[in-house]
Amino acid sequence: MNKAVRDAREALEKAAIQDGATIVLGGFGLTGLPENLIVALRDSGVKDLTCVSNNAGVDDWGLGLLLQTRQIRKMISSYVGENQTFERQYLSGELDVELVPQGTLAERIRAGGAGIGGFYTPTGVGTVVAEGKEIRVIQGREYVLEAPIRGDFAFVKAWKGDRLGNLVYRMSARNFNPVAATAGNVTLAEVENLVQPGEIDPDHVITPGIFVDYIFQGTYGPKRIEKRTNRPAGGAGA
Amino acid sequence: MDPSELKKERIVRRAAQELKDGFYVNLGIGMPTLVANYIPPGMDVILQSENGVLGVGPYPEKGREDADLINAGKETITVLPGASFFSSADSFAMVRGGHVDLTILGGMEVDQEGNLANWMIPGKMVKGMGGAMDLVAGAKRVVVTMLHTSKDGASKVLRKCALPLTGRKVVNTIITDLAVLEVTPQGLRLAERAPGVTVDEILKATEAELLVDEVVEMPV
Repeated sequence: MNKAVRDAREALEKAAIQDGATIVLGGFGLTGLPENLIVALRDSGVKDLTCVSNNAGVDDWGLGLLLQTRQIRKMISSYVGENQTFERQYLSGELDVELVPQGTLAERIRAGGAGIGGFYTPTGVGTVVAEGKEIRVIQGREYVLEAPIRGDFAFVKAWKGDRLGNLVYRMSARNFNPVAATAGNVTLAEVENLVQPGEIDPDHVITPGIFVDYIFQGTYGPKRIEKRTNRPAGGAGA
Repeated sequence: MDPSELKKERIVRRAAQELKDGFYVNLGIGMPTLVANYIPPGMDVILQSENGVLGVGPYPEKGREDADLINAGKETITVLPGASFFSSADSFAMVRGGHVDLTILGGMEVDQEGNLANWMIPGKMVKGMGGAMDLVAGAKRVVVTMLHTSKDGASKVLRKCALPLTGRKVVNTIITDLAVLEVTPQGLRLAERAPGVTVDEILKATEAELLVDEVVEMPV
């Protein structure tokens, strides 16, 4: 079995993404973003996309790139505060936005990938998030029913992977990637290091290859940092 | 330090007293993050960051930042020995599942029933709730840190929140520059007053009804 392709462009060609597709993406802020796939998607010109992603990138990176070119019609996210292009398109009504609590978003994606038809969560009970949704009292506590999310495609970024699709992540770049990987009808993975099967200890695999359809080694410049924070010289800091 | 910084430092110092040995704690973005600077020496507190880190350490030294290692505020961090990384789904299993002992987060409004509003102002650009709704719904204890009044002097401690809620009946304790307030089944209890602040001054600055019996001075 060989799921390896040359690059993001070939992965997108094989996946045959059409206008109007729903894509679930890993990443948190600018960390663990499937950046090669996002750039290639921009270059492909497909439009009217629904993107499920915790954040919307910044103006000139991440999903901000696809907002600039107006390829995204709808975003499903938990926090979108770092992007002026987003703000402009949202306020003008060009962009449809569904804000979802972060834990609910992760669990909806998890449910979508795991074949679960929905779940009851205490998150958002008594808030606008619960409006129009079923509320059920379970063991004395109120819960709101949330629906699963599944994508036509999922884009994920990992640190290491092999041609069978097994993936290992690095530090907090893991974030939404393992759940996103499960929730695409077709899942595309980009990795910093494509290694031989067997080089990853089976005990260390985070995303088993069954969830991945195409994999390639991406090309990466220096990683971007959204908020560079340092401890004061000689002191501690949060 | 200017007066508003002093007020915030007082809040942060008092909030640090909510920490207990062995606690798993999630600190919100902004003022709550600073609580980490006041963990008493020798106390074992493990910080969770909802983007997928347990065992958050200090900010890195200059030049030692790693783009793959950030907190939920997207700030570069380090981790302590014994740290772990996990997915967002696992992270919120910790949060919703009641495994996080304490969350300290900021507030725009809190009311006497323990309702919290801290994520949106109608008519303004909405940035999203992030993990706040999950944290207040799931953490064992919810402490809100905020200035007692807004810039124009209006009380942020209300009879009823006017802004859209982050959580309903979720707050346990409110720590402000003026007071510490406890949400009890009987109502909102004035537990502590800040040094140099009288009970009358607190009552004047508070729109909510307060239960006033024994009020001690904030030990900061």
